[in-house]
Amino acid sequence: MPADVAEVFGTQWPRLVATLRADLGDLDLAEDAAQHAFAMATERWPVDGTPDSPGAWLVTVARRWAIDQARRDLRWARRVDDVRAALELPQRERGAITDDLLAMIFGCCHRALDEPARVALTLRYVVGLPTADIARSFLVAEATMAKRLVRAKKKIAAAKIPFEVPEREHLADSLHDVLKVVYVVFTQGHASPTGELIRGDLCDEARWLAGTLCDLMPDEPETWGLAALLAFTDARRPARLDADGEIVLLSDQDRSLWSADALDEGRRLFQRALRSRRVGPYALQAAIAAAHAEAPTFEDTDWATIRRLYAVLGTLEPSPVVTLNEAVAAFLAEGGDAGLEMLEPVASDLEQYHYFHLARADMLAQTGRADAAREAFDRALETCDSEAERRAIRRVAAERLAGPSA
Amino acid sequence: MQYMLLLTSAPDAGPQPGSPEEAAEMGEWFAYDDMLKEAGVYVGGEALQPVDTATTVRVRDGGTVVTDGPFAETKEYLGGYYVIDVDDLDAAISYAEKVPNIGYGSVEIRAIFDVTAFAG
Repeated sequence: MPADVAEVFGTQWPRLVATLRADLGDLDLAEDAAQHAFAMATERWPVDGTPDSPGAWLVTVARRWAIDQARRDLRWARRVDDVRAALELPQRERGAITDDLLAMIFGCCHRALDEPARVALTLRYVVGLPTADIARSFLVAEATMAKRLVRAKKKIAAAKIPFEVPEREHLADSLHDVLKVVYVVFTQGHASPTGELIRGDLCDEARWLAGTLCDLMPDEPETWGLAALLAFTDARRPARLDADGEIVLLSDQDRSLWSADALDEGRRLFQRALRSRRVGPYALQAAIAAAHAEAPTFEDTDWATIRRLYAVLGTLEPSPVVTLNEAVAAFLAEGGDAGLEMLEPVASDLEQYHYFHLARADMLAQTGRADAAREAFDRALETCDSEAERRAIRRVAAERLAGPSA
Repeated sequence: MQYMLLLTSAPDAGPQPGSPEEAAEMGEWFAYDDMLKEAGVYVGGEALQPVDTATTVRVRDGGTVVTDGPFAETKEYLGGYYVIDVDDLDAAISYAEKVPNIGYGSVEIRAIFDVTAFAG
């Protein structure tokens, strides 16, 4: 793909597919038409020069192709007049292209689809990621992912899942589903389960998606909260692996490596989230990330504030993992047995979660209970799937158990 | 687009036959029927006799096999259905949410296959 086409592809692909989907009412046809238009661009632009309005050029070419296709394709034969009528109206009555894009996002994240399908559809049709890359982030074969996408698209068409921004009464629930998908995309990049420890492309796409949602729905505070959370978290990316590619824990990271740009972005987005005075779970997690971002060192982190923020988060969205995080903050704020006591009620829920055993081991080691700590470190190793993380756990265990308190 | 709402629940869930609660629920069912009809989305619907009246028929290798009972043993059984005609799945979900036994049963929504597409 020539450089200018590639650049336009990056910015226009989601909008083009979204516009065509709204016109044609069919995701497959929209995607095929968009692909055809970009293929034409690759041929024509180097010869004819890049058009003044590349987006409009692509839409025109894609629509023309869709009409031809409709004429040929028996599946569309019955609808050819409808399709042509829809496409040939110069100004169809509908909102701006951004509305089509929002509709696309809400359709792909519809609650009638299961969560892996929502993530895959969003990566494919909103982000424009190739099926092979999506398969890689789910640890499945490309053919398996292709089948999953086909199945999801079949349900969209057969059950008529609507592609539209929901009415106000359902907007909060639907937006929650959308934000969850963006968050899952980010965490798959940030803590990639694939053996590549960080998938920067997924982190970038998630931040782009969150930013796009902020632009499209500026009145929704949780969208700003999520965008801020992702920016703060992603700022640590340059410090999360050492020169040998090994994981560096937050407590050991060189904070001078944190991305100043991403931190500034996080602060700006977070301020915007706070301005709404409606604070939801993402804004709270952004506040926690902000507290980490502003701390000069791990030891000088405002653990008492972080603990309180986790306590509030726990009332909004109670979960054993939130309790675990609150316990860690309580331990770092107060020391002693405060953290260990908070862990007891969630021990059985988190029995298979290696971060639980790691956190507990750390607390036991630092309060001088070396034997119990050793057992907990072993349990962390047993429950951890990632070899790179296991190496990090062994390193921490060796340090803690050799320390002055052991 | 037409959708079928398949209403299922466990036999021991909800009001038991003959109880005042059951009579109250019947009122809710009639009101639900009326709501569908007034909204112009009602195509059809029936309640079914309890699952212990079910008979399952299969023809295998040229022979008919008739068994007493439903086609599969499950916790929840089909107890009735509605067919409604609405714009999209979201609209179907919003009607499913209002089915009187939704608090203890469940509703499977299935889009109805448009056979007229094959009729040319």
